Amino acid sequence: MTTPSSRDLLVVENLDKAFTLHLHGGARLAVIANASFAVARGECVVLGGASGVGKSSILKMVFGNYGADRGAIRLAAGGGFLDIAKASPREIVDARRRIMGYVSQFLRVIPRVSAIDIVASAARDAGFEAAAAQARAASLLARLNLPERLWSLPPATFSGGEQQRVNIARGFAGEHDLLILDEPTASLDAANREAVVDLIREQRAKGAGFLAIFHDEDVRTLVADRVIDVSSFSHREAA
Amino acid sequence: MSAPLLTARNLSKRFGAVQACGEISFELVEGEALAIVGESGSGKTTLLHLIAGLMQPDGGEVSYRLRDGFSRDLATLTESERRALIRTDWGFVHQDAARGLRMNVSAGGNIGERLMALGDRHYGNIRAAALQWLARVEIAADRIDDAPSTYSGGMRQRLQIARNLVTRPRLVFMDEPTGGLDVSVQAGLLDLLRGLIADMGLAVVLVTHDLSVARLLSNRILVMKQGEVIESGLTDRVLDDPQAPYTQLLVSSVLAA
Repeated sequence: MTTPSSRDLLVVENLDKAFTLHLHGGARLAVIANASFAVARGECVVLGGASGVGKSSILKMVFGNYGADRGAIRLAAGGGFLDIAKASPREIVDARRRIMGYVSQFLRVIPRVSAIDIVASAARDAGFEAAAAQARAASLLARLNLPERLWSLPPATFSGGEQQRVNIARGFAGEHDLLILDEPTASLDAANREAVVDLIREQRAKGAGFLAIFHDEDVRTLVADRVIDVSSFSHREAA
Repeated sequence: MSAPLLTARNLSKRFGAVQACGEISFELVEGEALAIVGESGSGKTTLLHLIAGLMQPDGGEVSYRLRDGFSRDLATLTESERRALIRTDWGFVHQDAARGLRMNVSAGGNIGERLMALGDRHYGNIRAAALQWLARVEIAADRIDDAPSTYSGGMRQRLQIARNLVTRPRLVFMDEPTGGLDVSVQAGLLDLLRGLIADMGLAVVLVTHDLSVARLLSNRILVMKQGEVIESGLTDRVLDDPQAPYTQLLVSSVLAA
């Protein structure tokens, strides 16, 4: 085990993950073996490898949605490191509020809430005052080219691309130290992909780190400092 | 982190041969929302009633940190201390709003009653607080003098929430708060509850069989089966990466909308 340095934002060591499917005769599905990598402050690390190789599983373990069978996920927190693999639910809830954000492939929200409130509420959760949260939400939605007439409407009736821009705005709203992106640009056109690239670069310049999956070759080339081939950690490739 | 707000230790309850709750322990801190999920008959409502003091356990204890900062075993509270706790620092949102409201008393009276129990006698203040809370739960001000018996199901539920929250409790128990309502009404109510929990920093113990309600409203979850907690943890981890066979069955049985 290496000691994380002050430049490290995230240090993942010897991570294993398997699923036991009790409804299918207890079949064991090994997904990740011995994954080790780090993300420094201001760095954008992209996970690469074919579909089904376990990229999303790694993101979900880092965010705490999946448990880890073995290994450590050290997240820089308040001068020290919090091991997400062993952290209590309360510690993870707190880390998600203050330190790490997540942008999934699809927007999942309560049906009735307006787009701007979804984004502003994410900013408030991360500690912004109400007025500042509202301003940040408006600025993000504008940068992502969401027409202003949509801001006060709930996103349920928006197009896939519009919903995804609300989702991205929500992810960036909290100005977290670490942002986890799971194919955020898949449903966007070129102009909006560019807006996302700008946002990533801007946050990176402020010292934020990114752990991301991008299938889009252009975006990847524009933002990735490093690409890690997840198939080298994958059980399925080795089997 | 400060001392837990509520601590349950080895809570047990039997109904004849049936073990409704077996040796259940957990802690809740201020501002934390805990969901208790499981199918009908799993013991989740019994557990809620034991914690909320609506039922006596056969074994174990519940302690609660009162506003004076001292944690007390609920069984040792005097009747007046217990009543004060239930009327001020706790709320209870029942699935059937008729259980939590006086159906033939005006909406304003329903909200004002909790304030009067705290000693407020100023009619103008009480009415102003009632109006403010009606607005907060999105009930039109001109319905203040109507009894909830004239309200729709969703409005009754919102009134019940207002009645509970007017005293600014620190802990609210909820038993299937959106159960039995139309889906469109449920969404609005969930949004309202989520906002109030966040804004007021409420601690919540929520019983639901609806996993999506648990996901929206809670940080932590207990999965119950036959009176036992078979899995617990961070809500989205338990729902996204369930370990116990029964939890996997519960999660996989939900139709994706």
